[in-house]
Amino acid sequence: MDKVYTNNEYKKIVDKVSPNSPIVKNITRAFFVGGFICIIGQFITNFFLNRGASRETVSSITPILLIFIAVILTGLDLYDTLGKFAGAGSVVPITGFANSVASPAIEYKSEGLILGLGAKMFTVAGPVLVYGISTSVIVGFFYYLLK
Amino acid sequence: MSYLTAFITGGIICSIGQILIDKTKLTPARILVLFVCVGVILTGIGLYEPIVEFGGAGATVPLTGFGYALAKGVIKDVESLGILGIFTGGIKAASGGITAAVFFSLIASLIFRAHAKN
Repeated sequence: MDKVYTNNEYKKIVDKVSPNSPIVKNITRAFFVGGFICIIGQFITNFFLNRGASRETVSSITPILLIFIAVILTGLDLYDTLGKFAGAGSVVPITGFANSVASPAIEYKSEGLILGLGAKMFTVAGPVLVYGISTSVIVGFFYYLLK
Repeated sequence: MSYLTAFITGGIICSIGQILIDKTKLTPARILVLFVCVGVILTGIGLYEPIVEFGGAGATVPLTGFGYALAKGVIKDVESLGILGIFTGGIKAASGGITAAVFFSLIASLIFRAHAKN
């Protein structure tokens, strides 16, 4: 007859048999969704490069189109659904940045156009710009000194 | 071929973000800030350009690619404008993405209703 396990023993066995399975699952999902979003970006890039657009033009068009798609998906509440599945796979791409702008803008519209929509839009994008731009100034400063 | 390298590169960068979220309890907002800054620094020391050459959109679409655009813009403007370029180059290179995010979000917030958060 099989041994009867206490809850604690059973938990230990499960932990041993499925080591870090939530993390492995999360990473797999992030990898595939993030990779897939980059494939869409590559498709847009190739599409415009094949039509004779310059690299510089394409490096602007691709994020603009991805952001456009992400904002619409956010408005339809589909990006949050994707986020629950994909975790960092939907946060790290530029579409996650777009979602972080659109989502509070839509949510806080009811608190007014200025301090609601206009201000809350930058809850996440604000810090990203503050630290991103400041880091770029520091890099530019050193480049100026060392070039 | 460019699709495969984009998929792998983007997938790895997002996986790093997922590991940070799971292992360090960094919030997504901090991840975004961190990735942009890391992208700027890696580009500044010349390490991100090879990743972009290998991964294409797989390296430019993640937020590290936003940092790459900022740093590359600054370097380009320092080359052409000197010290003034430190202040003008970054945003100039990232302007399309920033303007798109702000403007499309404004329009979207006027069209769409807020959804109940659960």
